[in-house]
Amino acid sequence: MIIKVDKLVKKFKDFTAVDQISFNVESGEIFALLGPNGAGKTTTIKMLTTVLKPTSGSVIINGYDPVHEKNKVRQSFGIVFQDPSLDEELTAYENMNLHAVLYRVPFQERPIKIQALLEFVELWDRRKERVKNFSGGMKRRLEIARGLLHHPKVLFLDEPTQGLDPQTRNHIWEYIKDLNKKEKMTVFFTTHYIEEADKVADRVVIIDHGQVIASGTPAEIKKQNNTDDLEEAFISLTGRQIREEKADNSAAIHSRFRR
Amino acid sequence: MNIIFILWLRELKRYFRSWPRLIGSLGQPLLFMIAIGFGFGPVFKAAGMGDYIQFLIPGVIAMSIIFTSVFSGLQIIWDRQFGFLKEMLVAPVSRLQIMFGRCLGGATIAVFQGCIVLFLSFIVGFHLDHIWNFFAAVGFMFLTAFLFTLFGTGIASSLKDAQGFQLIINFLVMPIFFLSGAIFPINDLGPYLYEAVTLNPLTYGVDALRGTLVDLNHFSLIHDFSILVIVIVFFLFISSYLFSKIEA
Repeated sequence: MIIKVDKLVKKFKDFTAVDQISFNVESGEIFALLGPNGAGKTTTIKMLTTVLKPTSGSVIINGYDPVHEKNKVRQSFGIVFQDPSLDEELTAYENMNLHAVLYRVPFQERPIKIQALLEFVELWDRRKERVKNFSGGMKRRLEIARGLLHHPKVLFLDEPTQGLDPQTRNHIWEYIKDLNKKEKMTVFFTTHYIEEADKVADRVVIIDHGQVIASGTPAEIKKQNNTDDLEEAFISLTGRQIREEKADNSAAIHSRFRR
Repeated sequence: MNIIFILWLRELKRYFRSWPRLIGSLGQPLLFMIAIGFGFGPVFKAAGMGDYIQFLIPGVIAMSIIFTSVFSGLQIIWDRQFGFLKEMLVAPVSRLQIMFGRCLGGATIAVFQGCIVLFLSFIVGFHLDHIWNFFAAVGFMFLTAFLFTLFGTGIASSLKDAQGFQLIINFLVMPIFFLSGAIFPINDLGPYLYEAVTLNPLTYGVDALRGTLVDLNHFSLIHDFSILVIVIVFFLFISSYLFSKIEA
């Protein structure tokens, strides 16, 4: 098991965002964490990726503990955030190179790996352009290429296809499935596009109000809820009421500049 | 080491790729040199204090340095807003290394700007006696710049967004600049004002620049150097602590 989460809890003052979540992810799996807004997905991912400290419970990633073995965990995963985390004033190549240095990719290997990955996401021709001139889809592809540079065991994707057109979305999943098959790389993603999770994920965990309310393969969850459609199953599990999203500073800026 | 270098390089690239910022930041120093320099020149001379331009220019250089440095430190707010900060925080790199790389980069840029201001000042009649003066001055420019990039970084680490920016500039940076002896001599100030001036780290940077460039220092250069170094160490601890506490 490449990711082990056991009775994970996160409390903010008197609000419990994550309430005793437990799940495992097998090495080489494509795994989806689903849930309505405010369910605790982002908080969970933050705890898995060393950004937040759990209140209690344990997390093991690639055999390491994110709280006490931070850097070993960080070396084990790559992450593509929901909002771009690129340096817009630098070129695509420079963004890749910066990442390579931060992740201690050996000097000789850097140009080779950078070229291979940029070609993989079809951005090699635009490597010398500044990222601020890229479209949303291109930025997302660049972030995927960048996240893979240090050959991580796990790739975390937080809403990877949010705001992208169907062709780009399709392309991105093709890249990811390809990587998963060839490199046996584990993929852990969250998404609001339930039908994508249905098509792509090996296993799914649905959380709501900080707790796990369903887990299994998409087929199993659909069967448990008497439907052929994972989105239907999701809605019947989580209810039809609209959930409020937390205001996100960075999201506001990006949506203003989205092309 | 490579990590500190690449982050240093990033600061430089960002600076040199932004022509508006480069040119724009020369506006204020030029204005001070010309308006205040020539404006108060006659008064200064009449008071028996000599050539005001010689006195003022080190202060104007210090002004350019403190503003550029603090601004560099505050860049973290922009990185946070535009998302790049997450990439750095999630990398297997110590926060201290990240902070060091950025602050060295920011300080380098500030020194570069300080030198441009110095060269511009020759146009208004400023002169140096020896080339040695220049190199010694650059050393003190760097110390001052590094001090204030650390300062800016510490502050930015405690802010959530750019709202506090105006407050910082107007209520922190401006007073520090005006109470540093940059534009007026500190020899004969009243007790309270003098007290405030001696508590200000920039005062020693200005004094050192005045000492190395035109030999008009109030404190000894050793004194200036020691204070700058002590305050740098102080901010190194505080700012790296604050920076390590950021949760993106």
